[in-house]
Amino acid sequence: MNAPGAFPEVDLRDSPLALRGLTAGYGGQPVLLGADLTVPPGTMTAILGPNGAGKSTLLRAALGLLRPEAGRAFFWGGDLDRMRGRVAYVPQRASVDWDFPATIEDVALMGLQRELGLLGRVRPRHRDRARAALDRVGLLPLADRPIGALSGGQQQRVFLARALAQGADLFLLDEPLAGVDAASEESILRVLRELRDEGRTVVAVHHDLGTVLRRFDRAVLLNRRVLAEGPVALALTARTLQATYGGRLDPLALAGLDG
Amino acid sequence: MTALLQAIVLQAGHNAASVVLGAALLGLAAGAAGSVMVLRRRALVSDAMAHAALPGLAAAFLLMAGLGGSGRWLPGLMAGAALTAGLALLAVEALAARTRLPADAAIATTLSVAFGLGLVLLTLIQGLRWGEPAGLEGFLVGSTAGMLRADVAAVAAVAALVLAAVALLRRPLALLAFDEGHAAASGLPVRLLDRMAMLLVLLVVIAGIRLVGVVLVVALLILPALAARAWTRRAGPMMALAAVLGGAAGWVGAALSAAAPGLPAGPLVVLCAALLAGLSLLLRGPTARRRPDRRPLIDAAEGALWTRLRLKEPRSPLLERDDGRTPLGAVLPAETLEALRQGRS
Amino acid sequence: MGAEFVILTLPPLTAAVLAALACALPGNWLLLRRQAMLGDAVAHSVLPGLVVAFVLTGTLSPVPLALGALAAALVAVGLVEAIRRRGRVDPGTAMGAAFTTLFALGVLLLELSGAARVHLDVEHALMGNLESLVWLDATGWSSLLDGAALRGLPPQIGVLAATLLGVASVLWLLRRPLFASTFDEDHARVTGQRPALTGLALVAATATAAVAAFQAVGAIVVIAMLTVPPAAARLLTDRFETQLRLSLLLAAGCAAGGTILGGYGPLWLGAPASVSAAGTIAVLGGLALALAAGFGPRRRPAAAGRPGAAALDGPSGEA
Repeated sequence: MNAPGAFPEVDLRDSPLALRGLTAGYGGQPVLLGADLTVPPGTMTAILGPNGAGKSTLLRAALGLLRPEAGRAFFWGGDLDRMRGRVAYVPQRASVDWDFPATIEDVALMGLQRELGLLGRVRPRHRDRARAALDRVGLLPLADRPIGALSGGQQQRVFLARALAQGADLFLLDEPLAGVDAASEESILRVLRELRDEGRTVVAVHHDLGTVLRRFDRAVLLNRRVLAEGPVALALTARTLQATYGGRLDPLALAGLDG
Repeated sequence: MTALLQAIVLQAGHNAASVVLGAALLGLAAGAAGSVMVLRRRALVSDAMAHAALPGLAAAFLLMAGLGGSGRWLPGLMAGAALTAGLALLAVEALAARTRLPADAAIATTLSVAFGLGLVLLTLIQGLRWGEPAGLEGFLVGSTAGMLRADVAAVAAVAALVLAAVALLRRPLALLAFDEGHAAASGLPVRLLDRMAMLLVLLVVIAGIRLVGVVLVVALLILPALAARAWTRRAGPMMALAAVLGGAAGWVGAALSAAAPGLPAGPLVVLCAALLAGLSLLLRGPTARRRPDRRPLIDAAEGALWTRLRLKEPRSPLLERDDGRTPLGAVLPAETLEALRQGRS
Repeated sequence: MGAEFVILTLPPLTAAVLAALACALPGNWLLLRRQAMLGDAVAHSVLPGLVVAFVLTGTLSPVPLALGALAAALVAVGLVEAIRRRGRVDPGTAMGAAFTTLFALGVLLLELSGAARVHLDVEHALMGNLESLVWLDATGWSSLLDGAALRGLPPQIGVLAATLLGVASVLWLLRRPLFASTFDEDHARVTGQRPALTGLALVAATATAAVAAFQAVGAIVVIAMLTVPPAAARLLTDRFETQLRLSLLLAAGCAAGGTILGGYGPLWLGAPASVSAAGTIAVLGGLALALAAGFGPRRRPAAAGRPGAAALDGPSGEA
């Protein structure tokens, strides 16, 4: 573990998510190296980087799904355990079996499991919240249908609805736009911006530079180490992008980035 | 104890010696063929095949006894077992491929239904009381008692066939077991090899049901392979070692059973193999895996130097050395490092 | 169907139905969690537990036997995990190694301890003693209302009924955490649930059901009813509650039908003796599964996420 004082002491109570020296990986081989990050509230941040850069590892380690080898994640300056009700996680779509015998509303209701606890009954107000979340992503008319027949974009929107039903303040999303049709992408981005406008915080792993430039406030460039962090216009420069993608990025994509 | 020693050194009579040799041959074949299944993570398919041998055995008995012959002619029983075990393999594959059931559910359902059918036929045979007492119960957990020379010869012939096939196909089988995708890409007929591997397992199963029994024969495929895997990570040597360990378990287990005729052979052979597997895992478990990197992680200041190098020279081949434990100073000449450090301002 | 049926067939039929229900219930969860072979592992490992309990206590009374069997089942689960980690092999290999070893140990202990002479043997372990459950105090259907006669029911029936009640209560209590963590374990962990604990409770419920059923109906009914009715029901519906109900219906049907067919079927066909009721129950389950696999409305994997998938018509009007 890191010695106290290894990082400059700042008050992290205002930051929904802050990482300090987070190092994590698999089988004793760290993928993510010493990540420092401070996400301001009410912003929409994209985490960008090539395959294998440690983007998902970053989210998983921050959420305690992977035990970090070093460093810590702070949620509003504290431990995740005290803040779980305020944090929603949207994993990669492919991480679950979509053949599972559940209806769309069942999945949305899973977002309320923490509140319901072991013995709590699903009351009309819970159902209303789940249905409101489904309405927000445009899936309410399908609420009673099994999830097995959903398209990729619809699957992603069900996942988002589950997070919305939770009523969280911080949303961590792993590739929410991967393999998603244009209409679903538009719908998801609109909901994420609405959340931001309500003062909530959105952090999404993403791979498409164009969407980030147009739709996100902030960007984190990651290739095993955090190479840039800040408002999109400042963080995304030809230099930081070349560093992130190891010179493999199409020069055309970089044109006009340097201001 | 002397009886056991005599049995082990094949001095406990001609019949006992041939049973011990037959069991050793079976263990050799099972270890080699089982390695392929364990490496391909499909070991339990053979369990379904083994349990499904029971209805085939019973049906063959009914047929042979119904036609007026002896129901206990081992080659005939083995043929029946092979048929239903093969059908079970097809059923598992069809359920897993054509329905939404996952492979484990396909195995578990096929296994239990086929075994249930076997029990129905077994009780039917007991109820019919045709001529001789059937003695098919010995096929549940195996028995060496009352094995005829011809029976041993049949077991040994099948085991020898498997062993010869594995020896002949060891290279492609090792490739298949190690990396199926790579094997296909390098032009091997993967589908054919897969059928061959399954056929070999099927042969081991039907060779094993008399000695080890349908419930336990899968252990002979899994345990030696599990033991061998603790000592080597390479497919070829693993198959060879598993064969040797399986052979040893078969030899000692059958000798024990010959020395103590009241004890069924199957559990003795299986427990010998389990002992080898347990010892292997205890002795070699942690060292067989890659040694974890014990070097300490570098601190934030050292990390910042790597970040600076990434920003300055994105294409530097040195970046591949950035594993969170190597300080930049270890791979970069001092003056270059200093220049990078100066860039701080 | 008179007094003879009540005395000879009703008790095994009741026991078989109760056992089948107690197994099929957790089986639905195991199926969805890709742990279908767990029942197999537990059922095989129960034998050494029974024998050790018998050797230690010297009796065949149900409580110590059940405790021994339950302990063995939990040892088996721990052993599987240890082999998987230490040997770096897939769970299937680890299970195969663990349960065959434990079963072999059980058979050997059985022979060495002399337990085989007192009604514990391999065949009984596999096929159970369904046919031996008789209700000698009964005189006819009216005995069902006769308190004194009811007290003479085979004790296994009471044990199985209590087990079914217990297993059903635990699973009902945990239904939502189980549902959520089976679908998406990572999400369950992030929201502060304890998927590992929920999973352990499921294993314990499965082991309890398996142990109770094992003594009355044998390993084969345990394995078959844990896996076959849920698998068949899975091919018939996309809704979990419907799957659960269908699987229980199927389990009860197979158990009742199997007991009657096994007992009377061969006699109807002119055979001199009946066949194993336990085996017949499994075979009936197999028939149901074969029908479901051939004609079930939901037998195919979901098409979603695949190229050319026909998605539901979304309100956003996507293609």
